[in-house]
Amino acid sequence: MKTLFIKNGRLIDSSANVDTKINLIVKNGIVAELTESKSAPDDADVIDAKGAIVSPGFVDLHCHLREPGEEYKEDIESGTRAAAAGGFTTILCMANTNPVNDTAAVTDYIIKKAGECGIVNVLPVGAVTRGLKGENLSDIGDMAKAGVIAISDDGKPIMNGALMRHAMEYASSFNLSVISHAEDLNLKGRGVMHEGNVSTELGLRGIPSVVEESMIARDILLAGMTGAHLHIAHLSTAGGVEMVREAKKLHIKVTCEVTPHHLTLTDSAVYGYSSNTKVNPPLRTENDRKELISALAEGTIDAIATDHAPHNIIEKELGFEDSSFGIIGLETALPLALKLVHDNKITLQRMVDVFTSRSCGVFNIKRGSLKVGNVADIVIFNEKLPVVIDSSKFKSKSRNTPFEGWRLLGKVLYTIVSGKIVYES
Amino acid sequence: MKLSTRHIISINDLTKKDVLTVLQTAESFKEISERRIKKVPTLRGKTVVNCFFEDSTRTRVSFEIAEKRLSADTVNISKSGSAMNKGENLLDTMKNVEAMKPDIVVIRHSMSGAPQLISEAIDSHVINAGDGLHEHPTQALLDLMTIQEVKGKMHGLTVGIVGDILHSRVARSNILLLNKMGMNVVLSGPKTLIPVGIENLGATICYDLDDLIPKLDVLMLVRIQRERADDNLFPSLREYSRHFGINTKRLGAAKKDLTIMHPGPVNRGVELTPDVADGERSVILEQVTNGVAVRMALLYLLIGDEHEEVGQ
Repeated sequence: MKTLFIKNGRLIDSSANVDTKINLIVKNGIVAELTESKSAPDDADVIDAKGAIVSPGFVDLHCHLREPGEEYKEDIESGTRAAAAGGFTTILCMANTNPVNDTAAVTDYIIKKAGECGIVNVLPVGAVTRGLKGENLSDIGDMAKAGVIAISDDGKPIMNGALMRHAMEYASSFNLSVISHAEDLNLKGRGVMHEGNVSTELGLRGIPSVVEESMIARDILLAGMTGAHLHIAHLSTAGGVEMVREAKKLHIKVTCEVTPHHLTLTDSAVYGYSSNTKVNPPLRTENDRKELISALAEGTIDAIATDHAPHNIIEKELGFEDSSFGIIGLETALPLALKLVHDNKITLQRMVDVFTSRSCGVFNIKRGSLKVGNVADIVIFNEKLPVVIDSSKFKSKSRNTPFEGWRLLGKVLYTIVSGKIVYES
Repeated sequence: MKLSTRHIISINDLTKKDVLTVLQTAESFKEISERRIKKVPTLRGKTVVNCFFEDSTRTRVSFEIAEKRLSADTVNISKSGSAMNKGENLLDTMKNVEAMKPDIVVIRHSMSGAPQLISEAIDSHVINAGDGLHEHPTQALLDLMTIQEVKGKMHGLTVGIVGDILHSRVARSNILLLNKMGMNVVLSGPKTLIPVGIENLGATICYDLDDLIPKLDVLMLVRIQRERADDNLFPSLREYSRHFGINTKRLGAAKKDLTIMHPGPVNRGVELTPDVADGERSVILEQVTNGVAVRMALLYLLIGDEHEEVGQ
């Protein structure tokens, strides 16, 4: 493998508390040296990162690759290409495929396929319950051995509290965390968007905040009781933020993530009934958005995760009520997160941290750091280059983004996995 | 253009001036329905497609009569008899209808936002004949016309809307329209049927119906559907009618000239007792009569030729 010399860049690596101009030498897929010297090693390929930021490759704790079963929406190849284009070098894929990833056989398939045609690291998340039905535990031990990174019924909540308790206890004996898709289905009813002024005006059935908050409360209490680690997916409400903040103060093992769309959009985006604004959990109010941003700034939120949820136009052209929930996010996450940086809501260092070291810490992923000796998963991006979101250019197979045409700042220049350039703009 | 909008999807599409134009035009059209030969050539050569993807009697018949009295060619599509039953999606169906060059598409659909979706996909004018829980603008316009006829004015009147506001597109359109025309709108009903934030559309809420009744110039009841009891929004129709239904005794404290309205279909004995529905204060059938005139006015104002004289 060729040696890489990345020069003139500004290295931001929160794992080492570094933010400085320094050059990187990558050998055999490993960070070999951080140096002030401008001279490239012999035979090295040189990347001039002048004016750009060099950071550990981004880690997405939450995406849907749709393979096996729904390859017309996305597959491991297209999904990892989209990830690379967005600066992600490691992604966690959820279990709601067809068949569901609830056995070691499906886990094996995903890992094998990712090895063959995935261009970034793929870490599968296993199902908590067989078929995501919320009735019986899936083969959690087998999947742990096969290599799942965590377990979750994401897309569906586990309504049965006793089952959730047992899942947490059982999974923790395999050092696996449970990711909670916090949603009370009875309270949700037939809701399709956040319940509030906008849903009332548009005549769309509402999903009140308490749908999420009541389940977060239950799961935090169970985490406290069992001592297991709980990770809360796609936190969307101010009330949820408050509960996580309090739980952390009580040293309950809870972490959480927020999506780029919940940080940048509110329920008023639904005016006009565009189905690309239909997502679960729904876009909330401006107050919720502000609370999520402050929680991100202060460190209560551990990760920005995309919840990349590809859908074909077939599922999205049915009108708001009948269309599927979901927004794709891998290729828009960076400029959207940078919007918060440019608006002075969070620091650049914080943003990098929640995309890298901090998010890796959630599941103990051995990535997210460019200290010498670590795997050279790297993203090089320019935080000031203007971009216009154009879904026709996405590497993803799907186009369901509410950000079409948005003018933002921040462009990925190179994505490098184990020392190999997998994306170059 | 005689109106400031190409489509009638929401009351928000209409300016106050538009509303006055509609009312004026509807008044002049009303006489046509009293003639021995109830037909004028105003929309000869124009094609109107009525797409009723949700059950409707009153509105569907009203539109069709309005269209025929103006000599438009009309075609009706319903969900059961259309390709949508064979799995064709709504947009595809409508693009195919559009390919046959209609002038106006009238749409009723159980999904909020369906007319909006269609108006963005086709070139014809779109009239919303009721979409999900969202709006029913032509109903609100005929209600307004009826109020103006009975009261001789609009500004300053207090109108109560009572019943299942949560699921009522009629209520939403009326709140917006009556408020736009200077009326006070007060909502009442059990709390389970009053949606969060409805005040922002321009209404106040009074949970005590008996407190409210003496203040009202107009009392508009909206339909209670039997299925809502299954959702536990109230215990039973019997209990609903006892606590929220309107009867003669309850109207004892009302103003002498209180007007009773209902968009239909009426659940006799639930929202109001038969003697109130059929009584002197009720204008329920006048509403239906005015529905034809209002829809004739909208059709004419959207696609009538500029030089064509009203009523000729």
